[in-house]
Amino acid sequence: MTYLIHHPGIIVARLGEHMVLTFGSLAIALIIALPLGVLVARSRLLSGPVLGVLGVIYTIPSLALLAFLVRVFGLGTLTAIVALVAYAQMILVRNIAAGLRGVDPAQLEAANGLGYTRLQRLMRIEFPQALPVIIGGIRIATVSLIAVATVAAFIHAGGLGDLLFDGIHQDDPQKIVAGSIAAAALAIVADTLLRRAELLVRR
Amino acid sequence: MPSHNGGAALALRGVGVTYPGAAIPAVHDVDLDIAPGEFTVFLGPSGCGKSTLMRTINRLIEPTSGSITIDGTDVRALDAVTLRRGIGYVIQAVGLFPHLTIAANVGVVPELLGWDRAKIDARVDELLALVRLDPARYRARLPRELSGGEQQRAGVARALAAEPRLLLMDEPFGAVDAIVRASLQDEIRAIHQQLGTTIVFVTHDVDEALRIADRIVVMNAGTIVQNDVPMNILEHPADAVVRSLVGIDEASRRYAEVRPLLDRTSA
Repeated sequence: MTYLIHHPGIIVARLGEHMVLTFGSLAIALIIALPLGVLVARSRLLSGPVLGVLGVIYTIPSLALLAFLVRVFGLGTLTAIVALVAYAQMILVRNIAAGLRGVDPAQLEAANGLGYTRLQRLMRIEFPQALPVIIGGIRIATVSLIAVATVAAFIHAGGLGDLLFDGIHQDDPQKIVAGSIAAAALAIVADTLLRRAELLVRR
Repeated sequence: MPSHNGGAALALRGVGVTYPGAAIPAVHDVDLDIAPGEFTVFLGPSGCGKSTLMRTINRLIEPTSGSITIDGTDVRALDAVTLRRGIGYVIQAVGLFPHLTIAANVGVVPELLGWDRAKIDARVDELLALVRLDPARYRARLPRELSGGEQQRAGVARALAAEPRLLLMDEPFGAVDAIVRASLQDEIRAIHQQLGTTIVFVTHDVDEALRIADRIVVMNAGTIVQNDVPMNILEHPADAVVRSLVGIDEASRRYAEVRPLLDRTSA
């Protein structure tokens, strides 16, 4: 606790890096996952293979995935972001597809009959109705990424993991406690806020 | 009050629908003319093809043979989305969008057509009044805050929003209780009288058909078995199928019950 009190500047800097890493990756992951989720929801043929590949990536231990990606992209933040984006795909795509598939067929029938184009139907009817499930996926992905991002310090990507690894190397439990508390607090706050958003869109 | 903009004339020629992989066509070689402003009910048991036939009119199902014209224009001449925006459509499951207010639901087609805000708002108020939902009370509500009957009224208002000359209704009152259904039937008749819109209404309920139709098109196994005014359907059923549908033993009872309505249609 003493480290937390005496070095607030360092904690805040690492927390900032951690948030950029997590939410930056999440934003990129969402841009990829939205079209993939639509594809999985629409195509019986492609949903199996796509979810299969994402599932395999998801099961690779995060440290192994990072070590492998270092061979390709080198050490640093870029590699960490690639790993986090890949890791989040499974959770996001599965939830986006589940949300879209969960829309009542009568709703689609009504939208078609009223003269919505396919894109209008997707944007104005299907996504809004799938939103609670999609936000649920974003919440789980966020909490997971916050945890996985601590390991990213191992490949010099910064973040709260730095404090944990420093603590281990320097045999300084204060740093470990400080890093752990900050990471846990971030996860709890993110989870709470997204849970609220989920309930809000559910109305 | 909404303008009386008349109804469209419909002509179906040799319309057939065979679903992929099906051995027997769902609809087989149907010829049918519907006069402007006529209230036509497609009546028949489930699976007889009545709903499939109706859905070929707004191209939710593309016929595998034959042609359909509305006011002389082939429905395939327009792109399907444009066609559908010009045809009112009400489905059984109401199909109101749960994430939109009643006002937004009723205004969806004008919105898709790019009307300006003030015009849409005025039209929504007009329509809610037409279906007896007080705009001040119902505008801002969500569909789930309405009863089944109120939801279906809103569904009818939504279908009429862009002043269509043709309204398609697929078992619209199937999910509400008998008393509410009767009042909805009276109101759709009244709206029809007021607007003169051509209405095609699908049901498997004989009483409902007798109550609301100008003409009843009885279907069985994908074909039309009788097309006549309600009184003739009751008095001269074309074959055993129609006879069993209207029910021989009950015919006289129904006749007495619907007599006042029949005077209207046989005139």
